[in-house]
Amino acid sequence: MTSTAAAVPRRAPARRVQARPAGFVVDVASVARRAIRQIPREPEAVIPALIVPIFFYVLNIGALSTVTKAAAHIDFKAFELPVAVVFAVTGVSRASALVTDIQNGYFDRLMITPVRRLPLLLGLMTADLTLVAALAVPVLLVGLALGVHFVTGVAGMVVFIILSGLWGLVFTGLPYAIALKTGNPGAVNASFVLFFPITFLSTTFVPAPALQGWLRAVANVNPMTYILAGLRSLVSNDITGGAPGPVWNATALGEALLAICAFGAVSLTLALLALRGRVRRR
Amino acid sequence: MTDTAVATEDIARQFGDFWAVQGVDLAIPAGEIYGFLGPNGAGKSTLVRMLCTLLRPTRGRGLVAGHDVARHPERVRLRIGVALQDAALDDRQTGRELLDLQGRLYGLRRDERNERVAQVLRLVDIGSAIDRQIKTYSGGMKRRLDLAAALIHDPDIVFLDEPTTGLDPESRAAVWEEVRMLNEEHGTTIFLTTQYLEEADELAHRVGIISRGRIVAEGTPEALKRTVGTDVVVARLEHMSEATLEALRSVPGVDEVVADRSEVMVHADDGAAVMSPVAVALHGAGAAVVSLTLRTPTLDDVFLHLTGSHLEAEETGDGAPDEGHAPAAGFQPAPPP
Repeated sequence: MTSTAAAVPRRAPARRVQARPAGFVVDVASVARRAIRQIPREPEAVIPALIVPIFFYVLNIGALSTVTKAAAHIDFKAFELPVAVVFAVTGVSRASALVTDIQNGYFDRLMITPVRRLPLLLGLMTADLTLVAALAVPVLLVGLALGVHFVTGVAGMVVFIILSGLWGLVFTGLPYAIALKTGNPGAVNASFVLFFPITFLSTTFVPAPALQGWLRAVANVNPMTYILAGLRSLVSNDITGGAPGPVWNATALGEALLAICAFGAVSLTLALLALRGRVRRR
Repeated sequence: MTDTAVATEDIARQFGDFWAVQGVDLAIPAGEIYGFLGPNGAGKSTLVRMLCTLLRPTRGRGLVAGHDVARHPERVRLRIGVALQDAALDDRQTGRELLDLQGRLYGLRRDERNERVAQVLRLVDIGSAIDRQIKTYSGGMKRRLDLAAALIHDPDIVFLDEPTTGLDPESRAAVWEEVRMLNEEHGTTIFLTTQYLEEADELAHRVGIISRGRIVAEGTPEALKRTVGTDVVVARLEHMSEATLEALRSVPGVDEVVADRSEVMVHADDGAAVMSPVAVALHGAGAAVVSLTLRTPTLDDVFLHLTGSHLEAEETGDGAPDEGHAPAAGFQPAPPP
């Protein structure tokens, strides 16, 4: 082998910057910042998430308001507003963008930086929380414009948005788990089918006492039932179609929060396990 | 920084039953451009992915900037910049946003990021496109932005995995120039994989030739080429004469002189060293010289000598566009009536 001494150039004069770990919070903020910036650049992914729930909300109350008023003595506009919001926030995530990153190698580029691994997921979820809250607000405004009145006032509306946002956030655990496990865009899109049993095998269109047989049994163990009940309690103190309850229904709100936490415990565990598998150097 | 930028001892990587890298030893001094030359599937990218902490070695050891890639990957990551085989970019960001995000992830403050982005863009010129979304970039611009992103934190060692594969000659020359400047002006160590002989020859101080997961030869491009045969000084003359041939045979260092019509091939171990004496001998013999050239063996000759096949013959193609399109019928001249 020939000596290389002559070929090696002089060293650089002085280091201008020193690379260092940025810190957990900065890592989350950096990943979230990029994800949030992408959202308005993909209007095709956001606009349907807004239009579809508003369309069905207006359609359903137009078609069923009179019937439900006569049959169950409930204000269907108020009853269905939480459903519209849940439709808007469920399944909205950056999981597809994450798959794109995995497929085109950008995820590897991030992995070569000193970024901590957990912020790669938490940053995306922070962006999701921002987006789902932003989606819940216009749906809520449509409800108000149609005459829905919140018995809990403005504070109730804020809690309504927070609970909806938290639900949207914990649901993202499922598409993220699939995205990180498979790296396959088709599988992530297919995760949308989970939306149907969770949102429809519940008190989506009728109060719990009106459900019969197996549907009632499934609805009783479906966290969505308790989430809808909690959200409805903020709008109306007559959430079941029976006797009016208290203005702030702590039981209904507590059960909704518990249902969100229980669902989140499962979905976020799956997502974190999938993240660990994805970032483990094989 | 340690004097050895990259060192490996018997580093190897297995996928299932297949050994992609079968025990490679490297010692790359700081400040060197090391070219890792081999066909597709030879193990180049696997080795790079191990050295830049994306893959764990199955056996052996790799030290980058003095840190073990398996035991202290986080320390290695702070010292290296990497541009992987396919430009790994996010099409929906602008070039500047992508570079800024890279800077943030390396813990750079805002003033440091702004300064580094400006410095990197002086080296890797992307022009006004830097503020456009990356989806509007050409292949060459993407590769150069990828290179810029690898440099944002001023790394000591840069890994470039096939940085010009699929690029047109002009873009390729631009990337070469940027790599050269990076090495010469900043002293950055560069580990470059390539399947192009010309690229290794043009850029690398030393070349390692890899075939089927093993290094089969290593050295400067010139030294490697000399291992497969002698240089040839080719003299084209207006008139051939026996006296001229005798004069050439008497030049020290010349192994053989072969006349072929108006050309004389002068074989020598070190062609560059005999060029001047050959010119003097031709002048002394009164020969009218039309041209005098030195032809050295190519790295392809080296690869052929070591592996029994041509480098290109082992490749699976780099996706270059097909240039042999037939003209569309509509553009053909109308037949005579």
